[in-house]
Amino acid sequence: MEMAYLIETVIKIVVILLIFSALAGIGTYFERKVLAFMQRRLGPMNVGPFGLLQVAADGVKLFTKEDIVPTNVVARVFKIAPVITAATAFMAAAAIPFLPSFTLFGYEVHPIVADVNIGILYILGIMGVGLYGPLLAGMASANKFSLLSAARGAAVFISYEVITGLSILAPIMMVGSLSLIDFNAYQAGGITSWILWSQPVAFVLFWIAAFAETGRTPFHLIANDHEIIDGFGTEYSGMRWGLFFIGEYANMFFISFVISIIFLGGYGDGSFLGALGLLGKVAFFFFFFLWTRAAWPDVRPDQLMWLCWKVLMPIAVLNILITAIVMM
Amino acid sequence: MFEAVAFYLFAFLTITMFYIAVTTSQALYALSSLAAGMIFISAFFFILGADFLGAVQIVVYSGAVMALYAFGMMFFDTTRDVKEKQGNKAIILGLSILSAILLIVIVSAPIVGNNIEALYPVGNAGNVQEVGKVLFTKYLVPFEVAAVMLLVAMVAGIVLAGKKMDLSLTLMTEAEILMMKEEDKNKKVLS
Repeated sequence: MEMAYLIETVIKIVVILLIFSALAGIGTYFERKVLAFMQRRLGPMNVGPFGLLQVAADGVKLFTKEDIVPTNVVARVFKIAPVITAATAFMAAAAIPFLPSFTLFGYEVHPIVADVNIGILYILGIMGVGLYGPLLAGMASANKFSLLSAARGAAVFISYEVITGLSILAPIMMVGSLSLIDFNAYQAGGITSWILWSQPVAFVLFWIAAFAETGRTPFHLIANDHEIIDGFGTEYSGMRWGLFFIGEYANMFFISFVISIIFLGGYGDGSFLGALGLLGKVAFFFFFFLWTRAAWPDVRPDQLMWLCWKVLMPIAVLNILITAIVMM
Repeated sequence: MFEAVAFYLFAFLTITMFYIAVTTSQALYALSSLAAGMIFISAFFFILGADFLGAVQIVVYSGAVMALYAFGMMFFDTTRDVKEKQGNKAIILGLSILSAILLIVIVSAPIVGNNIEALYPVGNAGNVQEVGKVLFTKYLVPFEVAAVMLLVAMVAGIVLAGKKMDLSLTLMTEAEILMMKEEDKNKKVLS
């Protein structure tokens, strides 16, 4: 029995790792194509049909590039920083139910690695740890622009973790559990029972904070676009830089799953249609990340802090208060 | 069997990490291994079935060590080794032996007294609910005291950091900034 459980868990972990590493690669292709169409360009076209093999070309380039470790860096920390980003992104996935449980060859499969009863807290905590990647990379790089970007990144992440936590508190109070599976069961009654309708404010706040947590464009302060270099990744090359990328895209997918499950009903009643619905919602949120990148400029650091502490946080606290009063 | 493997693995990792944190003279190594050790400790909570405390351990300590990083970033160049001032080695040796003995005595006192009893205050209602019930019944007073202390710290922090909070250098013109500097100089001369 224990052996079967162990084998099942290992297979699940390998499958999730493979699928989402590949999706991270394909995600870059989608990003280029979507951005290109929104800016009236063609995007990658030359490698393969519709440029589809661009992903493979990028992979070959990243893997075969020389791995440069500059002279003055703190070598060990510099080397381990990208691994932290990628590893924590995948560790967070352990508590996400990707699909409803289904039967395969007479064996019931639950597509969640570890069904801990504090799923959301665990996911948010591990995503918070993911910040160590950019932070350590910036501090170990011996490059002042990397250091600046790390400092900005730390400020943004720490501030917006407050918003994530506070905004999600109101739905947690309604459901009375921290497990994502309980969240899904609470909304199993179809579209009308989605938490989105009873907690629209929390939904919008969490969505905004998701952009900061994944470091996507309106809050893309960790890469210094106005300094025309790549922030904490300036000194990196080859696959180490690629690991940062995989971590960022995997995080985007995972946060899309979390938003869909918490606010938009997840996989619903667990039917095949519900599972397709969940994938559709995830695809929409991923597309929205790319859409905002095409449509919005980056905000200034002080505007970002202003938005976090003077606008979003009071709204989040008010939302919790009102929810509590209504529930009483 | 898995529990034993996981326990020894994480015990080894935790001790190694904290050993590095104490002995290295490279600030980044020390901070990173401290953070890693704190996160590895959460594994013990998960092994014991205290999922909530495990997750809280990760959330709280990753944030707390992050603040240490920020201080390190502000005060010195973290890519260089720190020159440590070695004091009287005899005193250091004596103090560490003394504290080790003290630790052993403290830990083994209840074992010698033979009154260790695991307390499960509430039924198995789920981790978070149990912690909540215990916090708001048995440990209500310490909980409230901790809350008041945090509030005091927060107000003190705001008061300390809140000077000139209404000024924003990015929104001021060059002339206004110069004028402000002049005023500051005059103040320093007067005081």
